[in-house]
Amino acid sequence: MSIKIILQRLAFLLIVIWSAATITFFIPRISTRNPIRERFGVLARSGGFSPQDMEQIVQSYNRKFGLDKPLIQQYWDYVSSLARGDLGVSLFKFPKTVAELIMEALPWTIGLLLVTTVLSFIIGNLLGAIAAWPHAPGWMRGVATPFVMLMGVPPVLLGVFLLFFVAFRMKIFPLGGAYSIGIVPSQTVEFYLDVLRHMLLPALALIFGQVGGWVLSMRGMGITIQGEDYVNFAEHKGLGAYTIFKDYYLRNAMLPQVTGFALALGSVITSGIIIEQLFALPGIGTALIDAIKFNDFLAIYGIVLFITIAVASLMVMVELLYPLIDPRIRKG
Amino acid sequence: MTSATITLSEFQQPSRLTLLFRYLRRNISLVVGLFIILGLVAFTVIGFLTLDTKDAYPLSAKARQPPSLEYPFGTDFFGRDLYAAMVVGMWQTALIGVLAGAIGTFIGVVLGFTSAYFGGLIDGGIKGVCQVLTPIPVFLIQVVIAGSLDKRSVTIYTMALIVVLLSWMGPTLVIRSQVLSMKERQFVSVAKLSGLGDGGIIFGEMLPNLLPFIAAAFVGQVFSAVFASFYLAVVGLGPLREPLLGNTIWAAQTQGAFFNGWWWWPLAPAVAMVLILSSLALINMGLDELANPRVRRTE
Repeated sequence: MSIKIILQRLAFLLIVIWSAATITFFIPRISTRNPIRERFGVLARSGGFSPQDMEQIVQSYNRKFGLDKPLIQQYWDYVSSLARGDLGVSLFKFPKTVAELIMEALPWTIGLLLVTTVLSFIIGNLLGAIAAWPHAPGWMRGVATPFVMLMGVPPVLLGVFLLFFVAFRMKIFPLGGAYSIGIVPSQTVEFYLDVLRHMLLPALALIFGQVGGWVLSMRGMGITIQGEDYVNFAEHKGLGAYTIFKDYYLRNAMLPQVTGFALALGSVITSGIIIEQLFALPGIGTALIDAIKFNDFLAIYGIVLFITIAVASLMVMVELLYPLIDPRIRKG
Repeated sequence: MTSATITLSEFQQPSRLTLLFRYLRRNISLVVGLFIILGLVAFTVIGFLTLDTKDAYPLSAKARQPPSLEYPFGTDFFGRDLYAAMVVGMWQTALIGVLAGAIGTFIGVVLGFTSAYFGGLIDGGIKGVCQVLTPIPVFLIQVVIAGSLDKRSVTIYTMALIVVLLSWMGPTLVIRSQVLSMKERQFVSVAKLSGLGDGGIIFGEMLPNLLPFIAAAFVGQVFSAVFASFYLAVVGLGPLREPLLGNTIWAAQTQGAFFNGWWWWPLAPAVAMVLILSSLALINMGLDELANPRVRRTE
């Protein structure tokens, strides 16, 4: 892996981020909705100030946020402040900055998505490898089947069914929210247990929705690898079944799966946003949908960009780390 | 070893229908998928024939009724008959899927062909745009577009357009790679040598051979369009008046259907959506096998 390739990938990453920034900048501006007018419209209707005052407030806000400048100037200001890492302030939740908004929501999203994605990856690949492994006992191979059948079903629908059967009928788990009403977030064991209880159903929905895909692709890889000479050779050397499974079979079958992992991140974040909505979790997806409800475009830009940068850089990172797990590429 | 001779009269070519049945027996996922789709179509058609579609809109029935003989799927908080809402929602989902699928596939075929057939700068440009757009989570951009629109101007057709806007990259890359390999095949060279123009080669020689791939790409596009529009609707960015399946789930969730014990409300659209998506996934798998016999499932 040469410096040139690394630089190439980083340049590509920058282009991706810039395109996402440009697309998200211009779309809300085409909209006829004016977030400031919408916000103060609500205030004005609930009484308080006259239409003239309203005009004045809107204009001073427009000046404050630089919305009275020409669009190109705004675009330039936006890109240059982005380059400095400044995401601006939320129009709707002013004076909160967009970065604060993201930081509040992020722990929930990362906690939920990281755990479920890594777990599904591990479970799915193990089950898939076992399903294709001729020496595995029959019942072990059967475990994978229900997951494959669930593959076409998006996590949000699994979430609806889980809510119905587990939370509504059996009343084992709560119907939504990140923690019980009346509990104040704190660093105590009770609070964490309560959060865990609330997170279990969304996590299960995400895991059940993802495992099947990994099972299927890993099974395909496993079948291809069984025919390879080095697996035959290892068997004839008299190596134990476990050693062959772990070092000869799993290790080689895993390689394309790691690339798949990077590609799956985009759909993971999508499912995450929707699961957060379904279960009323205060994560980044909910923050985005809230921002959209009020056309708070500075918050929209910030959140969309943040997610895009996270996903795209994770993808590039996995790609760059690939030589570490596949020594053949390092030499090439 | 004795060799048996078969005379021409003894050997009967099975009829096309028999051959088709034999093929379908091998391609189970295509058959099951088609069966579910046919069932759903029958459900929708029968619904349209026997129901008043006005029942799918608010204030047409007694509100919050659990499933009964009169309302087989119950009614919701706003007084829609959920059976009628399912029928109309299914039809609208199909409409979005087919519209967006057709447009997306068309763009994909045109761009893929132009890119691969003419190569050079055009190819580099189209391929580059596809590559840059691929890592961006498309759903986010769709959410931003749908959210920027005025609520009143979101209709079934704008949904289809929003969905198609960023989903043509997949088919473009698939068709491009197929055309690239087909360009080198002998029948194309023969056609070129016999003086056929670009148009003749593209439409007369290559397109017919690509039809299975185009069909597979179309089903894939319908699948992702249904998926995307469902996702947009489920977070409340759909055409709010319409009984789109995702909208119904969103409405049920925002009204706290489970909290209030109206369990049937989100369940009916969820089951319908599972049937639609799994049938499309099965057909997609079946068509993949038809288009590319080399990926025959290893048993």
